[in-house]
Amino acid sequence: MKFWSNRGRAPLITIGACMVASVVWAHAARGEGGEPRYFAITNARIVLVSGPTIENGTVVVAKGLIQAVGASVAIPPEAWVIDGKGLTVYPGLIDAGTDLGLPKPEESTGAGHGRPAAPPTGEAASGPEDRPGATPWRVAADELKVDDKRIASWRNAGFTSALILPDGGIFPGQGSVINLAGERAGDSVVKPAAAFPVSLKPIGGFFSFPGSLMGTVAYVRQVFLDAHWYAQAEPLYEANSKKVERLPYDRTERAVSNSLSSNQIVLLPANNSVQILRALGLRDEWKISGVLQGGQQAYAVADILAGKKIPVLVSLKWPERAKDGDPEAQETLRDLRLRDLAPSTPAVLAKAGVKFAFYSDGLPLPKDIFKNLRKSLAAGLTADLALRAFTLDAAEILGVGDRMGSIEPGKIANVIVTDGEIFNEKTKVKHVFVDGHWFEVHEETTPDKPGEKKPERHSHVNLPEADAGVAR
Amino acid sequence: MKRALPIVLVALALLAHAPLEAQTPNVVFIQNATILTVTHGTIEHGSILIRDGKIAAVGTDSKPPDGATVIDAAGQFVIPGIIDCHSHIAVDGSVNEGGPAVSSMVNIADVLNPADVNIYRDLAGGVTTANILHGSANPIGGQTVVIKLRWGKQADQLPFEGALPGIKFALGENPKRSNFGPPAGTPARYPATRLGVEEVIRKAFIEAREYKKQGDDYNQRKSAGDHNLIPPRRDLRLEPLVEVLEGKRYVHSHCYRADEILMLLRVAREFGFKVRTFQHVLEGYKVADEIAVSGAGGSTFSDWWAYKIEAYDAIPYNAALMQERGVVVSINSDSAEEARHLNQEAAKTMKYGELSANEALKMITLNPAIQLGIDNRVGSIDVGKDADLVIYNHDPLSVYAVAQKTLIDGQVYFDRERELASRPALEKEKQALLDKEKKAAEEEKKHDEKPEKKPDKKPDQKKPPKPGESGRMVRGGGR
Repeated sequence: MKFWSNRGRAPLITIGACMVASVVWAHAARGEGGEPRYFAITNARIVLVSGPTIENGTVVVAKGLIQAVGASVAIPPEAWVIDGKGLTVYPGLIDAGTDLGLPKPEESTGAGHGRPAAPPTGEAASGPEDRPGATPWRVAADELKVDDKRIASWRNAGFTSALILPDGGIFPGQGSVINLAGERAGDSVVKPAAAFPVSLKPIGGFFSFPGSLMGTVAYVRQVFLDAHWYAQAEPLYEANSKKVERLPYDRTERAVSNSLSSNQIVLLPANNSVQILRALGLRDEWKISGVLQGGQQAYAVADILAGKKIPVLVSLKWPERAKDGDPEAQETLRDLRLRDLAPSTPAVLAKAGVKFAFYSDGLPLPKDIFKNLRKSLAAGLTADLALRAFTLDAAEILGVGDRMGSIEPGKIANVIVTDGEIFNEKTKVKHVFVDGHWFEVHEETTPDKPGEKKPERHSHVNLPEADAGVAR
Repeated sequence: MKRALPIVLVALALLAHAPLEAQTPNVVFIQNATILTVTHGTIEHGSILIRDGKIAAVGTDSKPPDGATVIDAAGQFVIPGIIDCHSHIAVDGSVNEGGPAVSSMVNIADVLNPADVNIYRDLAGGVTTANILHGSANPIGGQTVVIKLRWGKQADQLPFEGALPGIKFALGENPKRSNFGPPAGTPARYPATRLGVEEVIRKAFIEAREYKKQGDDYNQRKSAGDHNLIPPRRDLRLEPLVEVLEGKRYVHSHCYRADEILMLLRVAREFGFKVRTFQHVLEGYKVADEIAVSGAGGSTFSDWWAYKIEAYDAIPYNAALMQERGVVVSINSDSAEEARHLNQEAAKTMKYGELSANEALKMITLNPAIQLGIDNRVGSIDVGKDADLVIYNHDPLSVYAVAQKTLIDGQVYFDRERELASRPALEKEKQALLDKEKKAAEEEKKHDEKPEKKPDKKPDQKKPPKPGESGRMVRGGGR
C-alpha cells in the first residue's frame, strides 16, 4: 500500500493462503469458480458507521454482499476466514470527486486543472445557441479505463468507490459512481449517471462565448431553460405532429433535459463564500437538486447551508501558498485567513449539521488526501464524522446510500480491514474487499509519478503490489 | 473605456474589513456641520437627524434626541453620498462578454462580488452608490445593475432596491473593434463599421419585437383554450430588449462622436424606446440640444480624452456646455481609482465652464441620481431620503478634502479614524498567520524527512502460514 508511511520499505505480509487466493483470481477466468466469494472476518472491531461499533464481532461477506454482521454470527462453511484480532473493519472509503480511470484530455489550455476547455468547435461561439463546451451526453463510466494504476493505489489506501467526473467545457458530461476493482469497466460501474457537473469557468477568452463568468452563468441558465422547454414541447409535438412544425434536434438540450429530470445531482462549483452564495441563488432559481462542489470557505456560511439543507462535496486540496511563487510577494490577509481556516470547514459544517463528503480534487496520491484530512482533524473534526463523510454521507449524497457506505447486511461488500484507527498516520490497511472481491494490501515499492513509466511487471506468485490481487 | 488602474497601495487592512454598521444604532445625529444639501443651499452649524436609515430632520437644531449616536462634525462638511454613474467595480470575472455582438443575455447582477476591495476604496472616496456596467465590447452589451456600496454585506444586499435595471450599449471603435482584434486564424466579428453597429442594434430590436409578438400570440391563443400549443422558447438575449421596448430597462450607451449619438437617437425613435444616458459622450457638447430634447442624460469625464481617435475632439467644457443646453449631466469615474476623487473631478467644472459649487456638486450627486431614476431616494440631503452621506474635513470641492466618514442607510460603512486605528491589529494578525504557516511548513518538512524505519527483517514469503494468526487468512469457516 502506498501512503501511510514507510513507502516501499515495509514487509510484505503475504502468506501462502493469500497468495493462492490472489493468484487464483489473477489467473482463473471468472466463472470457473476459482476465486473465493465467501469470507468471514472474525474477532474484529467493526465500525458499522450506520450504528454503534461492535468491539468484537464477525463480518460475513458472501457473493459480493455483506451477508451478516454481529457479535456472534454463523460463518458459512465455505468461507475463508481472517482472524481479525487486533484489526478493525470499516466500510470502504468513497472519493466523491476524481478522474480516476478517466483518460487525460490531450492538451492543456494552461489554466486551471490543465484540461482543455472544450472539444474543438472550429469557430468562435457567438452565444448559447452554439453550445460551446457542451458534451452533456458523455457518461464517465463509458470512458472508464480500469488499467489506470491509480485505481489500485486508491484501493490499497482504503478507497473502494469513487465518483468519477468528466472534465472539459461547461457541461462536461455525467459523473459515475464506480467501485475500485474490476477486470472490465462494466464490472466497476455502480451508477453510471450519478451526477451532473456544471462548470462556471469561462472557456471562450475575449473573443468567443462564454468568455466571462456572467457569460457562463447566462449560458447555463439558457441551456436549462431550453432543456425544460424541450421536456414540455416534446410530448406536445408527439401528440400533434400533423399540426405543428417538427422540433429541431439538439443533442445538448435533450441530454440536459434527461439529466435534470432523472435523479442526478447537479454539481455546482463554489469555493469561496461569494461563490457559494451565488451558487445557492442559482440553485434556487434553476430548481435543481444542486450539491456544492469545493466548499473550502463554507466555514463562513455554514448556517446558511444548514438552513437550506444543501450538501457539500468538500475539496481536500486545501489552498496553499504558491510553491514557485515570489517569496517576496505580498500576501493579502484575506488569502492568509482562507489558507488558515479552510481546513476547519469540515468541523464547522459538521457542527452546523450540513451533510458533506470529501473528494480528492486532483491530489496526486492517496497519502495527500489523508495528510490534508488530518489538518481538518486537527481543526476540530472528529474522526467519527470524518469517517461518516468518507462513507455513508458520501454514499447518500451520491444517491447510493442504499448500496454502500456502511457495514450492513445487504450492502455491497466494500469493506476494509486495518490494523488501527483508520485516519492515524501509522495505520495500515491490511485487506480490502470490493464487491466482495478480496485484495490483500501490499506496500508498493515506488509511487507512480504522473507521466513516469514503470516497467511492466509479470504476474508471479510472489509478486507484491496490486498485481497479486487484481486480474488485468 | 477602461484604462489601466494605477496601483494604489491602500492598506492591507482594507482587504478583510469587518463592516462597521453592526455597531451603528438606529438613531444618529450629526451636529455642528456645514451641510451642503444640494437642493436647498448650505446650512452652517447644521445638524442631520437620521432614523432607521432615513433622513428625519435637517436644520440647525443643536440638540440630539435621547439615545442618539452623536457624530460631531464641527468644522466639517456633509454632502449627499456620491453616485458614480459609470463603474465596473464589484464584478467577479470579466466585465465584457466579448464574443457575441449582442451579449444582452449576460447580467452583471449575476456576478456581483461584495468582497471586491474597490467597494471599500470607493467608500473611502465618498461614493455610496454606483451604476455597475458591462463593458463596451458589443453594440448591445450585458445587463447592468445599480448598487449601494454596502461593504461587508452579501451580494444580494448590494442592489439598489427598486432601481430599474439597465443595459449597456456601445457605439464606435470598441464594438467595431478598431483598435484590437481576435488572434490570427479566428474570424473577425461583425460589425466592423459604424454602419454595422447601427445595423446590429436595429436587427436586435426587430428580433425583440418579433419575440414579444410570438409570446403575446401564444398567451392569447392559450387563454382562448388552445392547449396543444408548443410554447415559444425563452430567449435570454431578447428578453432584456423587450424590457427596453416596454420602458422597464434603461439604456446606458457608451459613445464618443456626435454622429453616432444622433444615430442612436434615431434608432431609439424608430423603435420607440428612450436612451437613458449617454456615457462618456465626449462630443456631447456638439449635439447637446438634440440630447436635451430626447430626454437622455449625459455622463462624462471631467478631462480625460485622446486615448483613441474617437476621443480626440473633446473639451473640458463638455459637462458645463451640455448642462447649459438643458442636459442632465453627471461626472463619472469608469475607474476604481478615479472613483476615489470624484469630488475633485466635479470641481473641475467650476474652472472649465464656470459652474457654481452647487452645480458642480450636483454632477456627482443629484444629477446621477436623476439619470438612474433614484432621485426620490438619494442625491440630496432632504427629509425622507436615504441617509447616504459623506463627511469631509474640508469643503468637498477643495483638493484638501478627505472623506472622514461615509454613511449608507444611516450606517457608517467607512470611518477613516477607525480604519487607521485598525491597521496595527490587522498587521499583527497577518504576521501571526505568516509565522504560523512558516512554522507548519518547517514541521511538515521535518516530519517528511524523518528516516523511515527499516523493517527488522524481510519476511520470508515462502514461510507457510500459521493458521489462526491474527490478520492471516485461513481456509475454512463454520466454526
